Amino acid sequence: MLASRISGQQASRFFSLLKRHNSTLVIAEHNNEKLTPITLNTVAAAKKLGGDVSCLVVGTQCSKVAEEVSKIEGVNKVLLADNDVFKGFLPEAISPLLVATQNQFKYTHILAGATAFGKNLIPRTAALLDVSPISDIIGVESPDTFIRTIYAGNAIQTVKSNDAVKIVTVRGTAFAPVEATGGSATTEQAPGSDVTNTLSEFVSQELTKSDRPELTGAKTVISGGRGMKNGENFKLLYDLADKMHAAVGASRAAVDAGFVPNDMQVGQTGKIVAPELYIAVGISGAIQHLAGMKDSKIIVAINKDPDAPIFQVADYGLVMDLFKAVPELDSLIK
Amino acid sequence: MSAYRVLVGCKRVIDYAVKIRVKPDKLGVVTDGVKHSMNPFDEIAIEEAIRLKEKKLASEVIAFSCGPTASQETLRTAMAMGADRAIHVEIDGKEAETIQPIHVAKLLSKVAQEEKIDIIMLGKQAIDDDCNQTAQMTASLLNWPQATFASKIEKDNDSFKVTREIDGGLETIQVKLPVVISADLRLNEPRYATLPNIMKAKKKPLAKKKPSDYGVEIKAHQQVLKVEDPPVRQAGQKLETVEELVGKLKEGGFV
Repeated sequence: MLASRISGQQASRFFSLLKRHNSTLVIAEHNNEKLTPITLNTVAAAKKLGGDVSCLVVGTQCSKVAEEVSKIEGVNKVLLADNDVFKGFLPEAISPLLVATQNQFKYTHILAGATAFGKNLIPRTAALLDVSPISDIIGVESPDTFIRTIYAGNAIQTVKSNDAVKIVTVRGTAFAPVEATGGSATTEQAPGSDVTNTLSEFVSQELTKSDRPELTGAKTVISGGRGMKNGENFKLLYDLADKMHAAVGASRAAVDAGFVPNDMQVGQTGKIVAPELYIAVGISGAIQHLAGMKDSKIIVAINKDPDAPIFQVADYGLVMDLFKAVPELDSLIK
Repeated sequence: MSAYRVLVGCKRVIDYAVKIRVKPDKLGVVTDGVKHSMNPFDEIAIEEAIRLKEKKLASEVIAFSCGPTASQETLRTAMAMGADRAIHVEIDGKEAETIQPIHVAKLLSKVAQEEKIDIIMLGKQAIDDDCNQTAQMTASLLNWPQATFASKIEKDNDSFKVTREIDGGLETIQVKLPVVISADLRLNEPRYATLPNIMKAKKKPLAKKKPSDYGVEIKAHQQVLKVEDPPVRQAGQKLETVEELVGKLKEGGFV
């Protein structure tokens, strides 16, 4: 047998050769106008794998975005797929495109940010390639071994993929973004841009408008929970947030009670944030909420219940009625 | 127009309120003697399927689960909530540790074809592996459209209008049938199974199957090398006044 004749040394040389030929495709996320910041974190994860990094920009009239992507530090090549069929970024259209691209370029890794977009698209593509995807990685140990959380962040799993191509979504907050400038990638047409989609259709979008920083990228996040009592009281947090250039988040309880829209939810099933400063106001600190914020650098908790579990993870805890503490905090911060 | 046939996936997971413990061998978490229940997102999926039946849009709701024998309890719960019958694909021991969304998706797609299913309802993710993959992979294998993270479902002629929870807010898509839908938290409020319904569910049919019955091989795509506790945060400090807090924030350069 040939395999048995390859010595250990030869084998290791063979594998290091393979390693040098790693090539990664990062799916850029954007809205046809602007690149979504998580793409820069995803490129950072791609760079940890070694090898070439290509970026796929798929959308409708998105050449401006492709230009932006070509300047990202560390990106070697941009593949552009611009077609009306990609309206609404439906995975039924993008998955066949990805398969065609993969069949031509034989990437060793395909990466996307673990956002609603990436989570929707990546598993559909993986199934077409008969590959088991790896969700929401927080670390890269080697080109085939990744670190991710399970059980709402209460355990950390190191997992090795046996698949020929590794298809992965990346937790943005776990990788420092690469520079958006300094690169000079070439742009070419992606293969398979002529796909069709008769299965699904984009109808409309209703985005929450806000001048505050985007939740997952904000340096400071102030979140409110059930203790806020109603939606109007969230104004207390908005005012404070505006002073601190912070984003405002919420616990599931606050969302379910209708105080604020769903896209503000921080937690296992909402957004995962890891800001420099996280201020939890009137949030008890259920496991599911902690899953979304416990990697924040500094956690402050304001809660009138001294036994609230949030105090077990808070660097600074203030046991006080939030309706007294927040206005006071607001008046003391200039 | 004929009513739809609905298949719902139900996973048995460690109850969401349990504080999990990592096993001493660091290859998994302790599951023996730990309270399990139906994955909360799957309860929402079952509820939505039953509501379709109550609106006379669905003719039959079939609950599906794969895993060890104990998964049958989860299927009985689904039937107590209103599912008509259940299919259990038994996977035990070594295979149970290998099983991943890709295997479940393969089984679901085979069952869907065999049972002539129009709608597959799943939860958006299981709270144990937190993968968020099965619905998307099932839709892909069947080449059906997917409506993931659904918070509202409306019938629109021969298709469905689905409102999805996305990062910046909500979006609406139109999907043709047959379709795979994954339920987000806000799709509905699942009902409780009443005692009489729990009793009735014991008599509902539950088919016992094996992966080989569907020609699905439980191939190990991945290997778990290690499971560890997350880093523990240093114990914090309780402050007495808002002034003290502001002082700390100033020290940290936040204000």
